[in-house]
Amino acid sequence: MILFALRRFLGFAVTLLVAALVIFWLLDLLPGDPAQFILGINATPDAVARLRAQMGLDAPAHERFLGWIWGMLQGDFGMSYTQRAPVAELIWGRLGVTLPLSIMAMVISVVVGLPLGILAARRRGKPLDTMVMVLAQTGIAIPNFWFGMLLTLLFAVTLRWLPPGGFTPWDEDSGAALRGLILPSLALALPQASILARVMRTALVDVTSQDYIRTARAKGLTMGEAVWRHGVRNALLPVLTILGLQFAYLVAGTIIVENVFYLPGLGRLIFTAISERDLILVRGATIILIVTVTATMLVTDLTYALVDPRLRERSAP
Amino acid sequence: MNKTIKALGLALMLTTAAGGMALAQPTEVRIGVALEPPALDPTAGAAEAIDIVVYQNIFEGLTRVDQNGAVQPGLAESWTISEDNLTYTFKLHDGVTFHDGTAFDAEDVKFTFDRILAEDSVSAHKEFYEPIESVTVIDPLTVEIKLSRVVGNFLFDLGRGDAVIVAPESAGNNANVPIGTGPFAFLQWDKGSRVMLEAYGPYWGEPVSLSKASYVFIGDTATMINALLAGDIDGTNNFGQEALEVFEANPQFQVLVGTTEGETILSTNNTKPPFDNLKVRQAMAHALDRQAIIDGATYGYGVPIGSHFAPHNPYYVDLTGTYPHDVEAAKALLAEAGFPDGFSATLKMPPLAYARLSGQIIASQFAAVGIRLELINVEWAQWLEDVYANKDYDLTIVSHVEPFDIGNYANPDYYFGYDNPEFQALIETLNGTTDDAQRKELAVEAQTILANDAVNGYLFELPQTGVWNAKLTGMWQNSPIEGLVLRDIKWTE
Repeated sequence: MILFALRRFLGFAVTLLVAALVIFWLLDLLPGDPAQFILGINATPDAVARLRAQMGLDAPAHERFLGWIWGMLQGDFGMSYTQRAPVAELIWGRLGVTLPLSIMAMVISVVVGLPLGILAARRRGKPLDTMVMVLAQTGIAIPNFWFGMLLTLLFAVTLRWLPPGGFTPWDEDSGAALRGLILPSLALALPQASILARVMRTALVDVTSQDYIRTARAKGLTMGEAVWRHGVRNALLPVLTILGLQFAYLVAGTIIVENVFYLPGLGRLIFTAISERDLILVRGATIILIVTVTATMLVTDLTYALVDPRLRERSAP
Repeated sequence: MNKTIKALGLALMLTTAAGGMALAQPTEVRIGVALEPPALDPTAGAAEAIDIVVYQNIFEGLTRVDQNGAVQPGLAESWTISEDNLTYTFKLHDGVTFHDGTAFDAEDVKFTFDRILAEDSVSAHKEFYEPIESVTVIDPLTVEIKLSRVVGNFLFDLGRGDAVIVAPESAGNNANVPIGTGPFAFLQWDKGSRVMLEAYGPYWGEPVSLSKASYVFIGDTATMINALLAGDIDGTNNFGQEALEVFEANPQFQVLVGTTEGETILSTNNTKPPFDNLKVRQAMAHALDRQAIIDGATYGYGVPIGSHFAPHNPYYVDLTGTYPHDVEAAKALLAEAGFPDGFSATLKMPPLAYARLSGQIIASQFAAVGIRLELINVEWAQWLEDVYANKDYDLTIVSHVEPFDIGNYANPDYYFGYDNPEFQALIETLNGTTDDAQRKELAVEAQTILANDAVNGYLFELPQTGVWNAKLTGMWQNSPIEGLVLRDIKWTE
């Protein structure tokens, strides 16, 4: 188990390094210049050159890359070009929105999706099964920005129960902050819950026809008991994989929902930073995302090994 | 203080929630704006989003531009100009303080202009102030500015966001904590979400009616509609024209349609064949049907222009008839120019709704005369680099939003590549003239030259389309300078 964990951890570190290189290099190729962006349409080339020099953009690429990596190892992500504030501070502020939002969406999708999937699998072929699957299919098909707007129209514009968007900082009023995240997390959770329900159902249906379920039944368990004690645990494997991928998707994929609900999240920060060519901010934020996503993958892999002993043994030398 | 503000906010929330039940008169306004400023220092960036928040609210200049585009006294209560128009002596207001409590005096004025003119200055518009030879402090409330040449528009230039007065103690931090002398002080910036300002008690001028103002950043038009309808914001100064109808019939809202300084043009690379040929440019001008473009791209709200000048300006002359829409004339001119079968060109479109929509319409209008356009979508940063800085383009569409920017045509290195010595001499004379009647005559001549030369395709003046709560008054209907001035805004019954 320790060796397994070590190998996974090494993979994690290498992924990060390669990702950092790729991000740096790709963004360097992007046409556009933050100095030109700041000074705008009437700026003289002189003024642009002066600003570039002040921001350290005239140094060669390898120097800037090494400086960037070295800074990050010491916890310094640099200064944003256009916002003139430390990158780490900007990202940290935004994580306070994006992380709770992703976690809430994740919890909602698990709480709603898994039971529905189990229910559908137990009632396979019955009207309830069909209904759940039709709902799930619709949930996957509806774009979440549109669903978000429908939610706003109903709960914010018509009923006025919840704010149509915006965000109150946690330290100012945590109740209001939480209320602001309800609609966006619902919009974000809908497709995820639908996917989870489908995967859970398929996995459970597969498992139910396995020999060990028959054996369990032969030992006198009811179908419900057999499925609950032996089926669900085995069916959870593919579900865990999807969950790991989904969390990555949730963290990285909040851009649209954050725009619809004008939330000050990480997705929106990256979106604006790209359009302003605030490359140092884009790089810092992307690295944070990659760390989050690869760390989630790492945790998923390790959880796998915990849930399924076969995986541990197979990877042992 | 904080509690009162919270209580007020709560009262306001209740008011809106109860559909306008009469409680206390609100004194806070929340304004939706599409773009978040990258920083809040108007002297170190050109983004209009900066001026929207800070111009005349947090920061003030020696002069200020009013909603008719006229120059009014600002921090300078009066001034005298020498016979030769080279020496300006400003008498400053007494008792003015910056929001951090430090006093404002002539030294701050000197500091401000020395900073703009310094070797390492990052002012986006250093060129406006380059004629300044020296700034001398006569006494704490008197300052003298000497120019090296006559600048006809100098008092206006002093009223721009680029020339607001900053203090040496705080200038370095203005990007994130702006400290000015204006009627509103910076309160808080929740990055990505909103900027909040509060009325500055010791303000030297007439006290303002609002106690607090927030700018909420909402990029998407559909989301803006919901926020307005749900009462989460009280108004916005530039609302997507495609959805104005939603509010025009709603008695809880007022729609303010006005003009801006944004000349929207089909910029043409005058140095690149075939656009270096006057006949080709004239043919393109004849091929344009402005009304169709205005209807399609601004839902009818834009005002047609025939040259590079804002219609609300007193110097404006209507030149839209110079090359009327005429497909046959366009074809004939193309044939004369040696392109009987037309030609192909590219049109780079920045990510602005008016540009993308106009581009498609222009492509079909040009196709009718044989000019085949390839439409290329570019991001703003890419546009700035490719089109503006490297001049790597045939045609593009963009709105030039700076006031009095006709002078750009006198710079042959500007991205139009228009090099006309006669025009350059004219602009020099105009810049050096202070007499209003003479200036008007010269400005008309300049507009006419550009129209005749068909330097660019002159399309329309960008409209300002504001949507506001019906109970608010005092918003600027027109925008003769970039900004959203809060000074006169108040709630009425």
